[in-house]
Amino acid sequence: MSSESWAHLSNALVYSTIIVLSVALVAFAADFALGTGRRRADQRKQRTVTQASEGASGDTAVTTAAPPELPADERWARVGVSLSTLATVMIVCAVVTRGISAQRPPWGNMYEFTVTAVATLMVIWVAMLPRRPEWRDLGLIVVLFNLLLLGVAVLVLYTESAELVPALKSYWLWIHVTSAIIASSIFTVGSLSSVLYLFAERYERRGSASSPRGVRDAIGARLPSSKQLDTVAYKTIAFAFPLWFFAVVAGAVWAEDAWGRYWGWDPKETWSFVTLVIYAAYLHARATAGWRGRPAAIIAIVGLAAFLFSYFGVNIFFVGFHSYGGV
Amino acid sequence: MPADAINALADQQADGAPPRQPALGFTGGLRWLWRQLTSMRTALILLFLLALAAVPGSVFPQRGASPLRVGEYIQDHPTAGLWLDRLGMFDVYAAPWFAAIYLLLMVSLTGCILPRCFHYARNLRSVPPATPRNLGRMPEHRSFTTSASTAEVLGAAGTALRGARFRLRPSESGAQDSMAAEKGYLHELGNLVFHVSLLVLLVGVAWGSWFGYRGTVVVVEGEGFANTLTQYDDFTPGRGFSTSLLAPFSFTLDSFDATFLAEGPRRGQPDGFTADVTYRETPDSEPKTQRIEVNKPLAVDGAKVFLLGSGYAPVFTVRDGAGDVVYSGAIAALPQDPSFTSNTVVKVPDAQPEQLGFNVTVTPTAPDQVDPATGPRSVFPEMNDPRVYLGAWAGDLGLDGGVPQNVYQLDTSAMEQVGRKDLAVGETWKLPDGRGSITFDGLSQFANIQVAHDPGRWLALLAAVAAIVGISMSLVVRRRRVWVRVTPDGEGRTLVEVAGLAQTEWAMLGDEVDAVLATLPGAPVAEKEHA
Repeated sequence: MSSESWAHLSNALVYSTIIVLSVALVAFAADFALGTGRRRADQRKQRTVTQASEGASGDTAVTTAAPPELPADERWARVGVSLSTLATVMIVCAVVTRGISAQRPPWGNMYEFTVTAVATLMVIWVAMLPRRPEWRDLGLIVVLFNLLLLGVAVLVLYTESAELVPALKSYWLWIHVTSAIIASSIFTVGSLSSVLYLFAERYERRGSASSPRGVRDAIGARLPSSKQLDTVAYKTIAFAFPLWFFAVVAGAVWAEDAWGRYWGWDPKETWSFVTLVIYAAYLHARATAGWRGRPAAIIAIVGLAAFLFSYFGVNIFFVGFHSYGGV
Repeated sequence: MPADAINALADQQADGAPPRQPALGFTGGLRWLWRQLTSMRTALILLFLLALAAVPGSVFPQRGASPLRVGEYIQDHPTAGLWLDRLGMFDVYAAPWFAAIYLLLMVSLTGCILPRCFHYARNLRSVPPATPRNLGRMPEHRSFTTSASTAEVLGAAGTALRGARFRLRPSESGAQDSMAAEKGYLHELGNLVFHVSLLVLLVGVAWGSWFGYRGTVVVVEGEGFANTLTQYDDFTPGRGFSTSLLAPFSFTLDSFDATFLAEGPRRGQPDGFTADVTYRETPDSEPKTQRIEVNKPLAVDGAKVFLLGSGYAPVFTVRDGAGDVVYSGAIAALPQDPSFTSNTVVKVPDAQPEQLGFNVTVTPTAPDQVDPATGPRSVFPEMNDPRVYLGAWAGDLGLDGGVPQNVYQLDTSAMEQVGRKDLAVGETWKLPDGRGSITFDGLSQFANIQVAHDPGRWLALLAAVAAIVGISMSLVVRRRRVWVRVTPDGEGRTLVEVAGLAQTEWAMLGDEVDAVLATLPGAPVAEKEHA
C-alpha cells in the first residue's frame, strides 16, 4: 500500500471512531439519565461497609458478599462500554496507520498529537475499567470530551501526512511528546473527575433527601459519591504530575540541543510551566486544611484549562518555537 | 506590667468586647511573619501568583527572545507600550516583581523544608510507636484464634515484617505480647529530595545565566569564525561574564548543505541542514572535523555551536570605470519567503568615477516568468537555477555621514538609478556610461550559527532528575504502620489481632495486612474475592 492509501485508511478510521463514539455517547447518556451511576456507587459502598463490619467483628474468615443483582437498566452502560472499546481499537489503528503512512511516530503536528491523545485517553480509561468499576461512571464525560477533541482535530487541525521539519527529527520526539501525551491524557481524566465532583459534592451538601431542583442537582443525583470522584481525581493527577514534570524536563534537554538553550520562556514552555505550577498547587491544596474538597477541585479544573490553553491557545494565538503544529 | 494587662483585660470584659490577643513584640512579630510565610497557605498563594505572573511573558513580545517585535509593538501602541515597558512586561522573567514572587516562594520553601530535613535526619533511627490499646479502631483490622503460642506467633510476625522491610519496635523488658512495625520512610525522603532539588535547580539556572553567554553569527561557506567578541553579529552576555570566559576555539565552515522535499504535500519544506566544519579547540591544537546538524550541535570546550538557519550568499565581482576590481566576495542575503527569495545590497564605495550600489534579489531557482506585481519569486528553495535581479545605482552612498547604516539597505537619496538587469551564474552586466561592470560569479550558502555557553546546565539537569525521582518516590511510597497483638484466653488458645494504619488513605493497606496475617501460624485461609 502506498503512503497515501495508508493515510486515507487512517482518516476513514478516525471518521468511523467519531460515529461509534457518538453512539456510545447516546448509550452513556441514557445510562446517566436513568441514574444508575449513583445506585451502582451505593451498592459498592454497601459492599465495602459489609466487609469492614465483618472484619471488625472478628470473624475468622473473610466472607465474600454475593455479587449484587444488576439493575435492569445496567444494559445501557454495558452498550456504552462495548462501543467505547470498539472505538478505542479503531482509534489506535488510526494512529498506527498514520504512522505507517508518514513512516515516523505519528505526532509531528497538532492533528496527529490530538488523535494520539484521544487514543491514549481511551486506552487508559478502557484498560482501567476491569480494575476500577467506578471509572465507568466517568463514561459520559470522557466520551464527550474525546468526541470534542476528535471534532476539533478533523475540522480545525487536519494536516496531510508528510515528512517532519528538520527540528523535529530527533529521538527526543518519542520521549518528550510521548510522555506529554500520556501525562496530559491522565491529567484530563483527573480534572474531568473534579468537574463531576463539584456536582456530586453540591448535591450531597444540600442533602440528597430534599427533592432535587434544577439541572445541577439532577446531574449530582446521578453521579457516584463525591468521595469516589475525589479519589479518582487525586490518584490520576498524582500519577500524571511526575510524568508531566518529566515531559517538561525532556523538552528542556531537547531544546538545549535544538535551540541552544534549555529554557527560554517560549510561549509553549511558559504555559507548560503554568500547568505544572497549577497542578502542584492542587497537590498541595489537597493536603491543606481548608483547601480540600471544592477549592482543590476548582484548582484541578483550572489546571485543565491551563493545559488546554498551552495546547490549543499557544499555537493559535502566539508565535514561538512550537509553531510547527500545522495550524 | 502584669497589673496593667489584667486591668486592660478587665476593661475589655466590662465592655463586653472579645479579649484581645496579647501583643507579639518585635521578635514575636517576626516569628509570626515567618510562620505565615512558611505556611502551606502562603506557598499555595505564591504558586498561583507565579503561574499568573508567567502569563504576560507569553502574551507580549519579550526582549530576550525577539527584541525586534518589542520595538514594533511599542511603535504600534505608543502609550500602552510605554506603560507596559515601565511595568517590565517586555522583560517579564527578568522583572523585579517576577523575581520577588519566586524568591519569596523559595524562602517559603526553604523555611518549610529545612526544619523537616533536620527532623527527618534526627528521626532516621526512630522507633515505631508502641502498639495502641484498641486495635479494633484501626482502618484495617483482622483477628483469629489459634493454638500456637505467643512466641511462635510473634516470631512468625517478626520474620514476615522484617522480610517485607518493615522497621520493628525492639522488644521491651517483660513479657512481650505485641509487635509494632512501620514502613514507608522514603515517602518523606522523596518529598524532601523533590523540594530541595527545586532549590538546587534554581541555583543551576542562576549560575548559568550569570556566567554564561550566547551569540549569533552569519558564516558564509568557506569562511571562518574565531570565538572573540568582535566576530559576533549579536552577543548576549550574563552579568558575571568576562571575555576570559570565551573558549579560544575557532572553526571554518567547509561546506553547507540544505535539502528540501522535492515532492509530496509539503514540497519545498526543509528536509535537512548539514554543516561540515573544521575546528580547533585552541589556536595551537590539532584541527578536527565535524558535521553540525539541527539537533546535533558541536560541543567544544564547554561551549556549544548550533546551526539555527541558513540562507544564500551571492558572489559578485565589481569593476569600476577604470577596469579595476573594486569589490569581490560573497554577501549574505536575507530570506524573504520559504522558497528563499532573498534580498541584499552590494555597496561599492571605492568605485570610480562615482560610488556604486546594487539592490539584489536572489532566486535559488529562478521562475520562468517574473510577475511584475510581486517581482521575482523563487520557485524552489534549492539551488537549481540561481539568478540575481539587480537594480544599479550611482552617486553618493552616504557612508561618510557618520550615521551607522543598515547593511541590508541602500540609501538612494543622493543616487540615481542607472538600470536593471538579471543575471545567471557567470554572466556579466556592463553598466551604461562607462561606470564599470558587475559579474555574478555564483551562489554560496551561509549558515546562521549560534554559540552558547551555560555552565549551570549540568547542575540544573541533575537537580531536575533528582526532583523527578523524589516526587515519584513521594507519590508512590506510603508511610504505614502494622501491629500484631497476641492475647491468651487462659484456655490454651490465643487471640491474634493484626491491624494497619496508613498516613494517608490507601487502598492497598488491606492487602498488606492480609499478607502479614497469612504468614502467622494458624491463620485462616482467606477466600479470594470474586466480585
